[in-house]
Amino acid sequence: MDAQNTAAIAVDRLVKRYKATTAVDGISFRLATGSITGLLGGNGAGKTTTIAMIMGLVTPTSGTVSVLGAAMPRERYRVLHRMNFESPYVDMPMRLTVRQNLSVFAQLYGVADAAARIAELAAELDLNEFIDRPNGKLSAGQKTRVSLAKSLLNKPEVLLLDEPTASLDPDTADWVRARLEHYRIENNATVLLASHNMTEVERLCERVIIMKRGRIEDDDTPERLLARYGRGTMEEVFLDVARGRQREVSP
Amino acid sequence: MTATDTGLEFSLSRIAAMVRRYWYLLSSSWPRLLDLIYWPTVQMLMWGFLQMYVAQNAGFFARAGGVFIGSVLLWDILFRGQLGFSISFLEEMWSRNLANIMMSPLRPVEFIASLMIMSVVRLAIGMVPVTLLAMTFFGFNLWSLGFALAAFFANLILTSWSIGIFVAGLLLRNGMGAESLAWTIMFLFLPLTCVYYPVAVLPGFLQYVAWALPPTYVFEGMRALLIDHVFRSDLMLEALAFNAVLFGAASFGFVRLLHSARNQGTLLQTGE
Repeated sequence: MDAQNTAAIAVDRLVKRYKATTAVDGISFRLATGSITGLLGGNGAGKTTTIAMIMGLVTPTSGTVSVLGAAMPRERYRVLHRMNFESPYVDMPMRLTVRQNLSVFAQLYGVADAAARIAELAAELDLNEFIDRPNGKLSAGQKTRVSLAKSLLNKPEVLLLDEPTASLDPDTADWVRARLEHYRIENNATVLLASHNMTEVERLCERVIIMKRGRIEDDDTPERLLARYGRGTMEEVFLDVARGRQREVSP
Repeated sequence: MTATDTGLEFSLSRIAAMVRRYWYLLSSSWPRLLDLIYWPTVQMLMWGFLQMYVAQNAGFFARAGGVFIGSVLLWDILFRGQLGFSISFLEEMWSRNLANIMMSPLRPVEFIASLMIMSVVRLAIGMVPVTLLAMTFFGFNLWSLGFALAAFFANLILTSWSIGIFVAGLLLRNGMGAESLAWTIMFLFLPLTCVYYPVAVLPGFLQYVAWALPPTYVFEGMRALLIDHVFRSDLMLEALAFNAVLFGAASFGFVRLLHSARNQGTLLQTGE
Protein backbone atom coordinates (compact mmCIF):
# COMPACT_ATOMS: atom_id res chain seq x y z
CA MET A 1 0.00 0.00 0.00
CA ASP A 2 1.53 3.39 -1.00
CA ALA A 3 1.46 6.63 0.94
CA GLN A 4 -1.56 7.93 -1.03
CA ASN A 5 -3.62 4.97 0.12
CA THR A 6 -2.53 5.05 3.77
CA ALA A 7 -3.33 8.76 4.15
CA ALA A 8 -6.79 9.41 5.60
CA ILE A 9 -6.90 12.66 3.64
CA ALA A 10 -4.81 13.26 0.52
CA VAL A 11 -4.91 16.63 -1.23
CA ASP A 12 -2.95 16.93 -4.45
CA ARG A 13 -2.34 20.15 -6.43
CA LEU A 14 -5.77 21.40 -5.42
CA VAL A 15 -7.05 24.57 -7.10
CA LYS A 16 -10.32 26.43 -6.69
CA ARG A 17 -11.10 29.49 -8.78
CA TYR A 18 -14.24 31.61 -8.61
CA LYS A 19 -14.20 33.66 -11.83
CA ALA A 20 -11.21 36.02 -11.35
CA THR A 21 -10.51 34.99 -7.74
CA THR A 22 -8.26 32.08 -6.87
CA ALA A 23 -9.38 30.86 -3.43
CA VAL A 24 -7.05 27.84 -3.32
CA ASP A 25 -3.95 27.80 -5.45
CA GLY A 26 -2.34 24.42 -6.00
CA ILE A 27 -2.00 23.06 -2.46
CA SER A 28 -0.92 19.50 -1.61
CA PHE A 29 -0.78 17.67 1.71
CA ARG A 30 -1.48 14.25 3.21
CA LEU A 31 -2.84 13.58 6.66
CA ALA A 32 -1.93 10.27 8.24
CA THR A 33 -4.63 8.19 9.92
CA GLY A 34 -5.00 9.16 13.57
CA SER A 35 -3.22 12.50 13.16
CA ILE A 36 -4.46 15.92 14.22
CA THR A 37 -3.54 18.86 12.02
CA GLY A 38 -4.23 22.56 12.35
CA LEU A 39 -5.07 24.62 9.29
CA LEU A 40 -4.12 28.22 9.98
CA GLY A 41 -4.53 31.34 7.96
CA GLY A 42 -6.05 34.80 8.00
CA ASN A 43 -9.44 35.67 6.58
CA GLY A 44 -9.58 34.74 2.89
CA ALA A 45 -6.55 32.43 3.14
CA GLY A 46 -8.55 29.53 1.68
CA LYS A 47 -9.09 27.39 4.80
CA THR A 48 -12.88 27.11 4.57
CA THR A 49 -12.77 26.44 0.82
CA THR A 50 -10.17 23.72 1.39
CA ILE A 51 -12.31 22.08 4.10
CA ALA A 52 -15.42 22.41 1.90
CA MET A 53 -13.60 20.59 -0.92
CA ILE A 54 -12.52 17.85 1.49
CA MET A 55 -16.16 17.49 2.58
CA GLY A 56 -17.31 17.32 -1.03
CA LEU A 57 -19.44 20.47 -0.76
CA VAL A 58 -17.33 22.34 -3.31
CA THR A 59 -15.99 20.91 -6.58
CA PRO A 60 -12.30 21.67 -7.22
CA THR A 61 -11.33 23.53 -10.39
CA SER A 62 -8.39 21.14 -10.70
CA GLY A 63 -6.38 18.76 -8.57
CA THR A 64 -7.72 15.95 -6.41
CA VAL A 65 -8.98 15.30 -2.90
CA SER A 66 -9.19 11.81 -1.51
CA VAL A 67 -10.80 10.95 1.84
CA LEU A 68 -10.46 7.39 3.19
CA GLY A 69 -9.63 6.34 -0.37
CA ALA A 70 -12.69 7.96 -1.99
CA ALA A 71 -12.27 10.72 -4.59
CA MET A 72 -14.21 13.81 -3.51
CA PRO A 73 -16.77 14.96 -4.45
CA ARG A 74 -17.49 12.20 -7.00
CA GLU A 75 -17.36 9.27 -4.57
CA ARG A 76 -18.49 11.15 -1.45
CA TYR A 77 -21.39 8.83 -0.68
CA ARG A 78 -18.93 5.97 -0.15
CA VAL A 79 -17.40 7.76 2.83
CA LEU A 80 -19.74 10.44 4.20
CA HIS A 81 -21.03 8.04 6.86
CA ARG A 82 -17.43 7.69 8.11
CA MET A 83 -16.85 11.46 8.33
CA ASN A 84 -18.41 14.34 10.20
CA PHE A 85 -17.84 18.03 10.81
CA GLU A 86 -18.55 20.83 13.21
CA SER A 87 -18.66 24.54 12.62
CA PRO A 88 -20.06 27.45 14.63
CA TYR A 89 -21.35 28.86 11.34
CA VAL A 90 -23.76 25.95 10.87
CA ASP A 91 -26.70 25.49 13.24
CA MET A 92 -29.15 22.77 14.03
CA PRO A 93 -32.92 23.37 13.90
CA MET A 94 -33.84 25.72 16.74
CA ARG A 95 -37.29 24.39 17.61
CA LEU A 96 -36.20 20.76 17.85
CA THR A 97 -34.95 19.59 21.22
CA VAL A 98 -31.36 18.44 21.55
CA ARG A 99 -32.53 14.83 21.75
CA GLN A 100 -34.73 15.18 18.64
CA ASN A 101 -31.90 16.77 16.67
CA LEU A 102 -29.41 14.11 17.68
CA SER A 103 -31.84 11.27 16.95
CA VAL A 104 -32.56 12.63 13.46
CA PHE A 105 -28.85 12.88 12.65
CA ALA A 106 -28.18 9.46 14.18
CA GLN A 107 -30.73 7.99 11.79
CA LEU A 108 -29.26 9.91 8.84
CA TYR A 109 -25.82 8.50 9.67
CA GLY A 110 -27.19 5.00 10.19
CA VAL A 111 -26.01 4.82 13.82
CA ALA A 112 -26.85 1.44 15.34
CA ASP A 113 -28.63 1.73 18.70
CA ALA A 114 -28.98 5.50 18.40
CA ALA A 115 -30.59 5.90 21.84
CA ALA A 116 -27.60 4.31 23.56
CA ARG A 117 -25.11 6.38 21.54
CA ILE A 118 -27.00 9.60 22.36
CA ALA A 119 -27.06 8.66 26.05
CA GLU A 120 -23.33 7.95 25.92
CA LEU A 121 -22.56 11.31 24.29
CA ALA A 122 -24.96 13.14 26.61
CA ALA A 123 -23.01 11.79 29.57
CA GLU A 124 -19.58 12.47 28.01
CA LEU A 125 -20.41 16.00 26.87
CA ASP A 126 -22.61 16.88 29.81
CA LEU A 127 -25.82 17.40 27.81
CA ASN A 128 -28.30 15.73 30.16
CA GLU A 129 -29.27 18.93 31.91
CA PHE A 130 -30.74 20.38 28.69
CA ILE A 131 -31.20 17.39 26.38
CA ASP A 132 -34.99 17.89 26.20
CA ARG A 133 -34.75 21.64 25.68
CA PRO A 134 -35.12 23.21 22.20
CA ASN A 135 -31.79 24.01 20.56
CA GLY A 136 -32.79 27.68 20.24
CA LYS A 137 -33.02 28.05 24.02
CA LEU A 138 -29.39 27.05 24.64
CA SER A 139 -26.39 29.26 25.39
CA ALA A 140 -23.53 29.49 22.88
CA GLY A 141 -21.46 27.05 24.93
CA GLN A 142 -24.30 24.54 25.18
CA LYS A 143 -24.95 24.79 21.44
CA THR A 144 -21.27 24.09 20.74
CA ARG A 145 -21.43 20.98 22.90
CA VAL A 146 -24.53 19.82 21.03
CA SER A 147 -22.80 20.45 17.69
CA LEU A 148 -19.84 18.49 18.94
CA ALA A 149 -22.14 15.63 19.97
CA LYS A 150 -23.67 15.68 16.48
CA SER A 151 -20.20 15.53 14.93
CA LEU A 152 -19.25 12.51 17.07
CA LEU A 153 -22.54 10.59 16.70
CA ASN A 154 -21.27 8.22 14.02
CA LYS A 155 -17.81 7.82 15.62
CA PRO A 156 -16.22 9.42 12.53
CA GLU A 157 -12.84 8.26 11.31
CA VAL A 158 -12.32 11.71 9.79
CA LEU A 159 -13.42 14.76 11.73
CA LEU A 160 -13.33 18.23 10.17
CA LEU A 161 -13.59 21.14 12.59
CA ASP A 162 -13.98 24.75 11.56
CA GLU A 163 -13.13 26.95 14.55
CA PRO A 164 -14.68 24.57 17.07
CA THR A 165 -14.23 26.90 20.04
CA ALA A 166 -15.15 30.23 18.44
CA SER A 167 -17.28 32.41 20.74
CA LEU A 168 -16.70 30.17 23.77
CA ASP A 169 -15.35 31.36 27.09
CA PRO A 170 -11.84 30.07 27.92
CA ASP A 171 -13.10 27.49 30.40
CA THR A 172 -15.64 25.95 28.01
CA ALA A 173 -13.15 26.14 25.14
CA ASP A 174 -10.60 24.24 27.19
CA TRP A 175 -13.23 21.67 28.13
CA VAL A 176 -14.15 21.16 24.44
CA ARG A 177 -10.48 20.74 23.48
CA ALA A 178 -10.02 18.08 26.15
CA ARG A 179 -13.02 16.13 24.79
CA LEU A 180 -11.71 16.37 21.22
CA GLU A 181 -8.28 15.15 22.26
CA HIS A 182 -9.84 12.27 24.16
CA TYR A 183 -12.03 11.27 21.21
CA ARG A 184 -9.13 11.32 18.74
CA ILE A 185 -6.86 9.20 20.88
CA GLU A 186 -9.56 6.70 21.81
CA ASN A 187 -10.80 6.23 18.23
CA ASN A 188 -7.60 6.82 16.25
CA ALA A 189 -9.55 9.47 14.33
CA THR A 190 -7.97 11.84 11.82
CA VAL A 191 -8.75 15.44 12.72
CA LEU A 192 -8.32 18.55 10.58
CA LEU A 193 -8.89 21.71 12.54
CA ALA A 194 -9.24 25.20 11.03
CA SER A 195 -8.72 27.80 13.72
CA HIS A 196 -7.68 31.34 14.52
CA ASN A 197 -6.94 30.33 18.08
CA MET A 198 -3.20 29.77 18.35
CA THR A 199 -3.40 28.39 21.89
CA GLU A 200 -5.78 25.77 20.63
CA VAL A 201 -3.50 24.85 17.76
CA GLU A 202 -0.44 24.63 20.00
CA ARG A 203 -2.25 22.48 22.51
CA LEU A 204 -4.03 20.09 20.13
CA CYS A 205 -2.11 19.84 16.88
CA GLU A 206 0.90 17.73 16.08
CA ARG A 207 1.19 19.40 12.70
CA VAL A 208 0.32 22.89 11.44
CA ILE A 209 -0.37 23.95 7.86
CA ILE A 210 -0.29 27.72 7.41
CA MET A 211 -2.15 29.11 4.41
CA LYS A 212 -1.95 32.54 2.85
CA ARG A 213 -3.73 33.75 -0.29
CA GLY A 214 -4.74 30.21 -1.20
CA ARG A 215 -1.25 28.74 -0.88
CA ILE A 216 0.56 26.78 1.79
CA GLU A 217 3.16 29.10 3.31
CA ASP A 218 4.50 26.60 5.79
CA ASP A 219 3.82 23.09 7.03
CA ASP A 220 5.49 21.50 10.04
CA THR A 221 5.15 20.54 13.71
CA PRO A 222 4.48 23.45 16.10
CA GLU A 223 7.88 22.91 17.74
CA ARG A 224 9.80 23.08 14.46
CA LEU A 225 7.82 26.13 13.29
CA LEU A 226 8.62 27.95 16.54
CA ALA A 227 12.30 27.10 16.16
CA ARG A 228 12.40 28.01 12.47
CA TYR A 229 10.86 31.45 12.98
CA GLY A 230 12.75 31.99 16.22
CA ARG A 231 9.51 32.71 18.08
CA GLY A 232 8.07 31.72 21.45
CA THR A 233 4.43 31.31 20.44
CA MET A 234 2.43 30.19 17.42
CA GLU A 235 0.70 33.56 17.39
CA GLU A 236 4.03 35.24 16.65
CA VAL A 237 4.74 32.69 13.92
CA PHE A 238 1.29 33.32 12.46
CA LEU A 239 1.88 37.09 12.46
CA ASP A 240 5.26 36.63 10.78
CA VAL A 241 3.66 34.59 8.01
CA ALA A 242 0.63 36.89 7.69
CA ARG A 243 2.83 39.98 7.45
CA GLY A 244 5.34 38.36 5.15
CA ARG A 245 8.31 38.47 7.52
CA GLN A 246 11.21 36.17 6.73
CA ARG A 247 12.10 33.12 8.78
CA GLU A 248 15.07 33.67 11.05
CA VAL A 249 16.42 30.18 10.58
CA SER A 250 16.29 28.41 7.24
CA PRO A 251 15.00 24.83 7.29
CA MET B 1 -19.96 4.17 -11.52
CA THR B 2 -22.19 2.61 -8.86
CA ALA B 3 -25.47 3.90 -7.38
CA THR B 4 -23.50 4.75 -4.23
CA ASP B 5 -21.14 6.98 -6.20
CA THR B 6 -23.91 8.85 -8.00
CA GLY B 7 -26.10 9.38 -4.96
CA LEU B 8 -28.99 7.42 -6.49
CA GLU B 9 -28.91 4.80 -3.73
CA PHE B 10 -32.12 4.94 -1.72
CA SER B 11 -32.64 4.51 2.03
CA LEU B 12 -36.14 4.56 3.52
CA SER B 13 -34.60 5.02 6.96
CA ARG B 14 -32.88 8.28 5.94
CA ILE B 15 -36.12 9.52 4.34
CA ALA B 16 -37.97 8.65 7.56
CA ALA B 17 -35.35 10.60 9.54
CA MET B 18 -36.02 13.72 7.48
CA VAL B 19 -39.80 13.32 7.69
CA ARG B 20 -39.41 12.96 11.46
CA ARG B 21 -37.30 16.13 11.53
CA TYR B 22 -40.02 18.14 9.73
CA TRP B 23 -42.79 16.60 11.80
CA TYR B 24 -41.01 17.58 15.04
CA LEU B 25 -40.81 21.12 13.73
CA LEU B 26 -44.42 21.30 12.56
CA SER B 27 -45.88 19.75 15.69
CA SER B 28 -43.91 22.06 17.97
CA SER B 29 -45.12 25.27 16.34
CA TRP B 30 -48.79 26.28 16.43
CA PRO B 31 -48.28 29.29 14.09
CA ARG B 32 -46.98 26.88 11.45
CA LEU B 33 -50.02 24.64 11.90
CA LEU B 34 -52.42 27.58 11.85
CA ASP B 35 -50.80 28.87 8.67
CA LEU B 36 -51.62 25.58 6.94
CA ILE B 37 -55.33 25.96 7.63
CA TYR B 38 -56.34 29.59 7.81
CA TRP B 39 -55.73 30.83 4.24
CA PRO B 40 -57.39 27.86 2.48
CA THR B 41 -60.37 28.40 4.83
CA VAL B 42 -60.56 32.11 4.00
CA GLN B 43 -60.34 31.37 0.26
CA MET B 44 -62.98 28.68 0.42
CA LEU B 45 -65.39 30.87 2.37
CA MET B 46 -64.92 33.84 0.05
CA TRP B 47 -65.43 31.87 -3.17
CA GLY B 48 -68.23 29.84 -1.61
CA PHE B 49 -70.24 32.93 -0.68
CA LEU B 50 -69.52 34.46 -4.10
CA GLN B 51 -70.81 31.31 -5.74
CA MET B 52 -73.96 31.41 -3.61
CA TYR B 53 -74.56 35.00 -4.72
CA VAL B 54 -74.12 34.41 -8.47
CA ALA B 55 -76.07 31.16 -8.31
CA GLN B 56 -79.07 33.14 -7.10
CA ASN B 57 -78.73 35.52 -10.06
CA ALA B 58 -77.64 33.39 -13.02
CA GLY B 59 -79.08 30.16 -14.31
CA PHE B 60 -75.77 28.79 -15.56
CA PHE B 61 -74.07 29.03 -12.21
CA ALA B 62 -77.09 27.56 -10.48
CA ARG B 63 -76.62 24.54 -12.77
CA ALA B 64 -72.85 24.45 -12.23
CA GLY B 65 -73.07 24.09 -8.49
CA GLY B 66 -69.71 23.86 -6.71
CA VAL B 67 -67.50 24.91 -9.64
CA PHE B 68 -66.00 27.88 -7.81
CA ILE B 69 -65.47 25.99 -4.57
CA GLY B 70 -64.12 23.01 -6.49
CA SER B 71 -61.73 25.32 -8.36
CA VAL B 72 -60.44 26.97 -5.23
CA LEU B 73 -59.95 23.64 -3.44
CA LEU B 74 -58.06 22.12 -6.38
CA TRP B 75 -56.01 25.31 -6.82
CA ASP B 76 -55.05 25.06 -3.17
CA ILE B 77 -53.86 21.48 -3.71
CA LEU B 78 -51.57 22.77 -6.46
CA PHE B 79 -50.42 25.89 -4.65
CA ARG B 80 -50.17 24.45 -1.14
CA GLY B 81 -48.49 21.29 -2.43
CA GLN B 82 -45.64 23.35 -3.90
CA LEU B 83 -45.51 25.66 -0.90
CA GLY B 84 -45.38 22.70 1.50
CA PHE B 85 -42.45 21.28 -0.44
CA SER B 86 -40.61 24.61 -0.68
CA ILE B 87 -41.20 25.71 2.93
CA SER B 88 -39.81 22.43 4.28
CA PHE B 89 -36.73 23.04 2.15
CA LEU B 90 -36.53 26.68 3.27
CA GLU B 91 -36.69 25.57 6.92
CA GLU B 92 -33.19 24.09 6.42
CA MET B 93 -31.89 27.41 5.12
CA TRP B 94 -33.64 29.51 7.77
CA SER B 95 -32.15 27.33 10.52
CA ARG B 96 -28.67 27.29 8.86
CA ASN B 97 -28.85 23.49 8.86
CA LEU B 98 -28.34 22.94 5.13
CA ALA B 99 -24.59 22.23 5.37
CA ASN B 100 -25.29 19.59 8.06
CA ILE B 101 -27.76 17.95 5.70
CA MET B 102 -25.57 18.19 2.59
CA MET B 103 -22.58 16.82 4.50
CA SER B 104 -24.59 13.87 5.86
CA PRO B 105 -25.04 10.57 3.96
CA LEU B 106 -28.53 11.76 2.89
CA ARG B 107 -28.75 11.46 -0.91
CA PRO B 108 -30.41 14.27 -2.90
CA VAL B 109 -33.07 11.83 -4.09
CA GLU B 110 -33.89 10.96 -0.45
CA PHE B 111 -34.00 14.63 0.50
CA ILE B 112 -36.45 15.27 -2.36
CA ALA B 113 -38.56 12.23 -1.36
CA SER B 114 -38.84 13.50 2.23
CA LEU B 115 -39.93 16.92 0.96
CA MET B 116 -42.59 15.27 -1.22
CA ILE B 117 -43.94 13.34 1.76
CA MET B 118 -44.01 16.52 3.86
CA SER B 119 -45.86 18.42 1.15
CA VAL B 120 -48.63 15.78 1.33
CA VAL B 121 -48.63 15.83 5.16
CA ARG B 122 -48.90 19.63 5.24
CA LEU B 123 -51.56 19.56 2.55
CA ALA B 124 -53.60 17.02 4.50
CA ILE B 125 -53.41 19.12 7.68
CA GLY B 126 -54.58 22.18 5.78
CA MET B 127 -57.07 20.78 3.29
CA VAL B 128 -58.99 18.06 5.10
CA PRO B 129 -60.60 20.48 7.61
CA VAL B 130 -61.34 22.93 4.78
CA THR B 131 -63.14 20.29 2.70
CA LEU B 132 -65.25 19.47 5.77
CA LEU B 133 -66.08 23.15 6.21
CA ALA B 134 -67.07 23.37 2.52
CA MET B 135 -69.47 20.51 3.16
CA THR B 136 -70.91 22.23 6.24
CA PHE B 137 -71.25 25.74 4.81
CA PHE B 138 -72.05 25.12 1.14
CA GLY B 139 -73.03 21.45 0.86
CA PHE B 140 -70.08 20.86 -1.48
CA ASN B 141 -68.58 17.43 -0.89
CA LEU B 142 -65.19 17.22 -2.62
CA TRP B 143 -64.78 13.63 -1.43
CA SER B 144 -67.91 12.59 -3.36
CA LEU B 145 -65.85 12.99 -6.56
CA GLY B 146 -64.22 9.68 -5.62
CA PHE B 147 -61.85 8.30 -8.27
CA ALA B 148 -61.94 11.59 -10.19
CA LEU B 149 -60.63 13.40 -7.10
CA ALA B 150 -57.77 10.88 -6.88
CA ALA B 151 -56.89 11.56 -10.53
CA PHE B 152 -57.10 15.34 -10.03
CA PHE B 153 -55.01 15.14 -6.85
CA ALA B 154 -52.31 12.92 -8.39
CA ASN B 155 -51.84 15.26 -11.33
CA LEU B 156 -51.85 18.45 -9.27
CA ILE B 157 -49.44 17.14 -6.65
CA LEU B 158 -47.06 15.94 -9.37
CA THR B 159 -47.00 19.44 -10.86
CA SER B 160 -46.49 21.01 -7.43
CA TRP B 161 -43.55 18.68 -6.73
CA SER B 162 -41.96 19.50 -10.09
CA ILE B 163 -42.11 23.22 -9.38
CA GLY B 164 -40.90 22.61 -5.80
CA ILE B 165 -37.90 20.60 -7.03
CA PHE B 166 -36.91 23.30 -9.49
CA VAL B 167 -37.27 26.05 -6.87
CA ALA B 168 -35.13 24.00 -4.43
CA GLY B 169 -32.42 23.88 -7.10
CA LEU B 170 -32.64 27.66 -7.55
CA LEU B 171 -32.35 28.15 -3.77
CA LEU B 172 -29.28 25.91 -3.60
CA ARG B 173 -27.66 27.77 -6.46
CA ASN B 174 -28.69 31.33 -5.58
CA GLY B 175 -29.25 31.24 -1.82
CA MET B 176 -31.98 33.19 -0.05
CA GLY B 177 -32.01 35.72 -2.88
CA ALA B 178 -34.32 33.25 -4.65
CA GLU B 179 -36.67 32.85 -1.66
CA SER B 180 -39.43 35.06 -3.07
CA LEU B 181 -39.72 32.68 -6.04
CA ALA B 182 -40.78 29.92 -3.66
CA TRP B 183 -43.77 32.04 -2.60
CA THR B 184 -44.77 33.49 -5.95
CA ILE B 185 -43.78 31.16 -8.79
CA MET B 186 -47.05 29.21 -8.68
CA PHE B 187 -49.10 32.37 -9.28
CA LEU B 188 -47.78 32.32 -12.84
CA PHE B 189 -49.93 29.20 -13.23
CA LEU B 190 -53.08 30.88 -11.90
CA PRO B 191 -54.12 32.72 -15.08
CA LEU B 192 -52.51 30.28 -17.51
CA THR B 193 -53.96 27.02 -16.18
CA CYS B 194 -57.50 28.46 -16.28
CA VAL B 195 -58.41 27.69 -12.69
CA TYR B 196 -61.66 29.68 -12.67
CA TYR B 197 -62.60 29.85 -16.40
CA PRO B 198 -62.45 27.60 -19.47
CA VAL B 199 -59.40 27.56 -21.75
CA ALA B 200 -61.62 28.88 -24.57
CA VAL B 201 -61.69 32.27 -22.81
CA LEU B 202 -57.95 32.79 -23.47
CA PRO B 203 -56.61 34.38 -26.67
CA GLY B 204 -55.52 31.81 -29.27
CA PHE B 205 -51.76 31.87 -28.64
CA LEU B 206 -52.21 31.61 -24.87
CA GLN B 207 -54.39 28.54 -25.33
CA TYR B 208 -51.32 26.70 -26.68
CA VAL B 209 -49.40 27.71 -23.55
CA ALA B 210 -52.30 26.64 -21.33
CA TRP B 211 -52.56 23.21 -22.93
CA ALA B 212 -48.83 22.65 -22.30
CA LEU B 213 -49.42 22.91 -18.54
CA PRO B 214 -50.71 19.80 -16.76
CA PRO B 215 -53.05 21.58 -14.27
CA THR B 216 -55.08 23.02 -17.19
CA TYR B 217 -56.30 19.49 -17.96
CA VAL B 218 -57.29 19.00 -14.34
CA PHE B 219 -59.33 22.20 -14.11
CA GLU B 220 -61.00 21.50 -17.47
CA GLY B 221 -61.69 17.96 -16.24
CA MET B 222 -63.21 19.28 -13.02
CA ARG B 223 -65.55 21.60 -14.94
CA ALA B 224 -66.56 18.74 -17.25
CA LEU B 225 -67.38 16.65 -14.19
CA LEU B 226 -69.29 19.30 -12.24
CA ILE B 227 -71.11 20.96 -15.17
CA ASP B 228 -71.59 18.13 -17.67
CA HIS B 229 -71.26 15.24 -15.20
CA VAL B 230 -68.65 13.54 -17.41
CA PHE B 231 -65.30 12.21 -16.17
CA ARG B 232 -62.73 12.96 -18.92
CA SER B 233 -60.11 10.24 -18.44
CA ASP B 234 -58.46 11.40 -21.69
CA LEU B 235 -57.69 14.76 -20.05
CA MET B 236 -56.21 13.02 -16.99
CA LEU B 237 -53.95 10.84 -19.15
CA GLU B 238 -52.77 13.88 -21.12
CA ALA B 239 -52.06 15.69 -17.84
CA LEU B 240 -50.07 12.68 -16.64
CA ALA B 241 -47.98 12.68 -19.82
CA PHE B 242 -47.20 16.40 -19.49
CA ASN B 243 -46.47 15.87 -15.80
CA ALA B 244 -43.94 13.16 -16.64
CA VAL B 245 -42.14 15.59 -18.95
CA LEU B 246 -42.32 18.42 -16.40
CA PHE B 247 -41.07 16.20 -13.55
CA GLY B 248 -38.18 14.96 -15.69
CA ALA B 249 -37.25 18.51 -16.72
CA ALA B 250 -37.46 19.78 -13.10
CA SER B 251 -35.29 16.89 -11.83
CA PHE B 252 -32.73 17.54 -14.57
CA GLY B 253 -32.78 21.25 -13.68
CA PHE B 254 -32.27 20.42 -9.99
CA VAL B 255 -29.27 18.18 -10.73
CA ARG B 256 -27.69 20.87 -12.93
CA LEU B 257 -28.30 23.59 -10.34
CA LEU B 258 -26.88 21.39 -7.54
CA HIS B 259 -23.83 20.72 -9.69
CA SER B 260 -23.48 24.46 -10.31
CA ALA B 261 -23.88 25.16 -6.57
CA ARG B 262 -20.99 22.79 -5.84
CA ASN B 263 -18.90 24.59 -8.45
CA GLN B 264 -19.76 28.05 -7.16
CA GLY B 265 -19.40 27.11 -3.48
CA THR B 266 -22.92 28.28 -2.63
CA LEU B 267 -23.86 25.24 -0.51
CA LEU B 268 -22.01 26.76 2.43
CA GLN B 269 -23.14 30.33 1.78
CA THR B 270 -26.90 30.16 1.98
CA GLY B 271 -27.47 33.83 2.75
CA GLU B 272 -28.44 36.45 0.22
